[in-house]
Amino acid sequence: MMLRQLSLFLENRPGQLRAPCRALADAGIDILTLSLADTAQFGILRLIVRDWERARTVLQAAGMVVNVTEVVPVALADRAGALAELLGHLEEAGLGVEYMYAFPVRSTAGKAALLFRFERPEEALQVLRLRGVEVLEPEALLALRA
Amino acid sequence: MPAPDERTHDPAERLEAGALRRLQDRRLREVVARAAAVPFYAAALERRGVDPAAFGGLDHLDRLPLTTKQDLRDHYPLGFLAVPRSALARIHGSSGTTGRPTFVAYTARDLDTWAGLVARVLVAGGLRPEHLVHVAFGYGLFTGGFGLHQGIERVGAAVIPAAGGNTPRQVMLLEDLRPEALVCTPSYALHVAEVARGLGKDPAALGLRLGHFGGEPWTEEMRGELERQLGIQAFNNYGLSEVIGPGVAGECRARGGMHVAEDHFLLEVLDPATLRPVPDGRPGELVFTTLTREAMPVLRYRTRDIAAVERGPCPCGRTGARLGRIVGRSDDMLVIRGVNVYPSQVEEALLRVEGTAPHYLIEVARPGTLDEAVVKVEIRAEELSDEMRRMVSLRDRIDHEIHAVTGIRMAVELVAPGTLERSQGKARRVLDHRRGPPAA
Ligand SMILES: [Zn+2]
Repeated sequence: MMLRQLSLFLENRPGQLRAPCRALADAGIDILTLSLADTAQFGILRLIVRDWERARTVLQAAGMVVNVTEVVPVALADRAGALAELLGHLEEAGLGVEYMYAFPVRSTAGKAALLFRFERPEEALQVLRLRGVEVLEPEALLALRA
Repeated sequence: MPAPDERTHDPAERLEAGALRRLQDRRLREVVARAAAVPFYAAALERRGVDPAAFGGLDHLDRLPLTTKQDLRDHYPLGFLAVPRSALARIHGSSGTTGRPTFVAYTARDLDTWAGLVARVLVAGGLRPEHLVHVAFGYGLFTGGFGLHQGIERVGAAVIPAAGGNTPRQVMLLEDLRPEALVCTPSYALHVAEVARGLGKDPAALGLRLGHFGGEPWTEEMRGELERQLGIQAFNNYGLSEVIGPGVAGECRARGGMHVAEDHFLLEVLDPATLRPVPDGRPGELVFTTLTREAMPVLRYRTRDIAAVERGPCPCGRTGARLGRIVGRSDDMLVIRGVNVYPSQVEEALLRVEGTAPHYLIEVARPGTLDEAVVKVEIRAEELSDEMRRMVSLRDRIDHEIHAVTGIRMAVELVAPGTLERSQGKARRVLDHRRGPPAA
């Protein structure tokens, strides 16, 4: 149900984003998707890879501090209004979204995929299921990419 | 009324304010007269127009000269003796960075006074005649070993003079003799616990109940560690050899600061930059005048130690000044927009926010006419979050606490772990661009 995500602290100066990308590239690890949150002074890089444990080891060996959290992968119909409906369900239930970002899937998948970090993940999962939203297992999510 | 088990070693510990002041005033006049036997003081008093035989007492304290460590060094080895050599009973010394110690001499009466002062500190911290005490301070020129040893004997307790070094053997002594109390530096006590664990023993099961630690500055966090690891109550004490050695101040069981033996040491807390007194509760440089020393009295000795003093009543019934932890050295003081700031204050603020102090660096610059201070704080793995909200809130809490502790605003920058420079394992805490590049 939950997908492991790696997050890294980045200072807002040149070379900070390149360092983790380089370390993963040197280890042959492909970044499936990422999101970057930033303030004027620092940023948080969130990464999704296939083998999060190996990626964490690689990043730590490169001297980075890595935080592992879980995000919820959700599949949506690839049509206008699907995301607005989903967010409407959460809003009605009074549930907040910390952040979300897209997970690119192959064009023939017929769906869109999103990764959510909820304020209260357990309650959010209940609401999504109740409303018939498709919450994906990590394997099912990765299969949409293959 | 103090609790019935709250004993004092000496009734003088509970002198009421008026009586204490009268005693200090009389003793101050006496010590000024005695100090005039030291050529350095005779000349300094004369320069300031003070007649040592007719000194005006406490109200004229600020007319007395200050004494620095350098003054003592300049009169190596025994230029500050106020009595003939034949009157001496012992000489101790503090280690000097230059290789030459600063000597401190005692008459028989000085040694007697000293033992009594150390006994006060030990009794305040729960030591009783039926106890056995393990002393892991070095015995030698350093005042720690012999100073505590005599104090323990004065209390009537028994001593194991283990001295320093060979920690596995110390663990064996602790385990086999099962003393109730441990006396050493706080860092050595932590080392003892570590070595015990390395030998497969639980340090908390050694049977220790009390720890009397001093000789170096330490934190409340370290107290917590020592108490948890060794299963003890840990007490802080303070002293310095130039003044007498250990026994100048020590904590009672309320542990709301160290009670200063003000009937023997006149304490001033001065702003290191202006040398004006700071109000109670604010950190300043501790300056001591020895009121009863015979062999080597010192007038207004600048310790360079920074601490704050409280004077409210203490549940133990002891009166007078209570000394907070030594929060730094006057040499470390930064003046930022006219406010005195110590790196240890920033450390305390970080401790309040995060529980343990991470690596940090204070950078001060004056880009225009105003000082600007930035505190760079390394993010630790435990605080790293994927949520921006939490990271921003962490920064804001640090910002708030630094303002609360220091009274000034500093810009807080979170930086990536391991990015602040460390030299030989010791982190640099301050980079003051106003002074030009730091010395290599
Ligand atoms: Zn007290």
